[in-house]
Amino acid sequence: MSEALELLGQDIVARAPGVLGHSVAFGELTIVARAASVIDTLTFLRDDAACRFHQLIDLTGVDYPERAARFDVVYHLLSLVKNHRIRLKVSTDEDTPVPSVTPVFPVADWFEREAFDMYGIFFDGHPDLRRILTDYGFHGHPLRKDFPMTGYVEVRYDDELKRVVYEPVKITEFRAFDFLSPWEGAKYALPGDEKAQ
Amino acid sequence: MTGTPSPVAATEPVQDEPVVPAIPETPVRKFNINFGPQHPAAHGVLRLVLELDGEIVERVDPHIGLLHRGTEKLMEARTYLQNIPYFDRLDYVAPMNQEHAFCLAIEKLLGVEVPIRGQIIRVLYSEIGRILNHLLNVTTQAMDVGALTPPLWGFEEREKLMVFYERACGARLHSNYFRPGGVHQDLPPELVEDIDTWAKAFPKICDDIEGLITDNRIFKQRNVDIGVVSKDEAISWGFSGVMVRGSGIAWDLRRNQPYENYNDFEFDIPLGKNGDCYDRYLCRMQEMRESTKIIRQACEMLRKTHGPVLSEDNKVAPPRRAEMKRSMEALIHHFKLYTEGFKTPAGEVYACVEAPKGEFGVFVVSDGTNKPYRCKIRAPGFPHLAAMDWMNRGHQLADVSAILGSLDIVFGEIDR
Repeated sequence: MSEALELLGQDIVARAPGVLGHSVAFGELTIVARAASVIDTLTFLRDDAACRFHQLIDLTGVDYPERAARFDVVYHLLSLVKNHRIRLKVSTDEDTPVPSVTPVFPVADWFEREAFDMYGIFFDGHPDLRRILTDYGFHGHPLRKDFPMTGYVEVRYDDELKRVVYEPVKITEFRAFDFLSPWEGAKYALPGDEKAQ
Repeated sequence: MTGTPSPVAATEPVQDEPVVPAIPETPVRKFNINFGPQHPAAHGVLRLVLELDGEIVERVDPHIGLLHRGTEKLMEARTYLQNIPYFDRLDYVAPMNQEHAFCLAIEKLLGVEVPIRGQIIRVLYSEIGRILNHLLNVTTQAMDVGALTPPLWGFEEREKLMVFYERACGARLHSNYFRPGGVHQDLPPELVEDIDTWAKAFPKICDDIEGLITDNRIFKQRNVDIGVVSKDEAISWGFSGVMVRGSGIAWDLRRNQPYENYNDFEFDIPLGKNGDCYDRYLCRMQEMRESTKIIRQACEMLRKTHGPVLSEDNKVAPPRRAEMKRSMEALIHHFKLYTEGFKTPAGEVYACVEAPKGEFGVFVVSDGTNKPYRCKIRAPGFPHLAAMDWMNRGHQLADVSAILGSLDIVFGEIDR
């Protein structure tokens, strides 16, 4: 299985436009491509006889705030004919739009709206780039790593005003427990360890 | 008042027949109406903004997110084991099927094998989940078009299945039963016998429900040739599950990309011909019968197959309670697992199962710690609902609820 994917990956890197590299891990093939030419790459993957990835299963963003191009846009494709899957990754930053793939896969419409809503990734040429999951009038992009878990506003029904009111959140601290073992993985010095220096 | 009189009024009268005075055409204003979010046929909290020309739907704009709970964000702050209960709350109609996808993703990352008895139990409960889901969907689809009895009959059976859930894991809905490496606890033998007894009787119930709906004149009038999806449309719009099978595409992950031991089971994949609401209903009905077959085979296998139901690797799965009373190491493992949790190797995996609604996938990005760096939940209902716009165009207003019913929408998974 993995050998076949490896061969397919090499084939795609050699022939598809805009592809930067490939890797096979956990039995899955991942392709990294340039964001600007993602439409060409996806059209190739959809129409090429060896690929036939006719279905866009999923499109999502991933946030890596420490990188200059902080967002990955991840496309998962499925071929019903060849019975294989592929993952395509492109990266972008907060300002650079990624070309919308709605002309290639109409289902991308809502997936891109969701990625825009959750991460603030812009999609160039999208017919209707509105928020989709968050509240009307919501500010911010909740799945970004710098967005606090509690959010900024909370909602309650005010019995005197007879309407729903938005207020700043009152919870001061989100209880994020650190269960990582300090002996492996934790990046801070244990209290008292500084004396050993 | 906008709109122009339609050209129909200006057609020439036929020569031989008496001239009927043309009824003066009133210019009709286009209507925008809100369907939901508090509408019984909206299957939860869906707000549809419909643009109507008379009774014909011209545009549908679904507003979703009214049940958005930020599951994916919350998951980034919890360990893998703590995250499993969130999956029960996605598609709350068939909770264990979603847990299954997440467990498969973790197992893929860790490279853990599930013992064979654990696999059979997973298959058994996945199929119970499928029947739970289809019973709800088929009968409420009938209710959406006016029938009141089918849901009452269907829910009676669902109640029995919920009891099986409860007897396996202690909860009727939020089961938290599938764990990375297997299932939490073994099934008592009496439960297996009871499930088998139920499965023996269930085809008769299916016959009863089918007798109510399948040849019902009103049900057919409301569903046949409504919401037709062609093969190409089903593929390009990312459909999965019954939505592609209803259009005649033989695609089922249980067969095409088998997971667990589905290859050991004998079952058929029902296919539709026309891709309309009625075919999708027939597919679901037939799938319930196929699931019953799988359940009976699984019960038979469980009688013969004994052994562990959870992986013996104590770095991933907790040791048995009895062992903890004697072994210090087991106690340490238990403590570590329920505080720190296990760590997964860095990397990205996508795992999916054939959930009752279609392909339910989980994309996990791991950075090598005990929490997922990113977890994207691919809900099958999301692309299905995205297709509401073009599926409804040109249909009557009353067809909206029929189409919505046949899409099998649950907002827990769409809004996440």
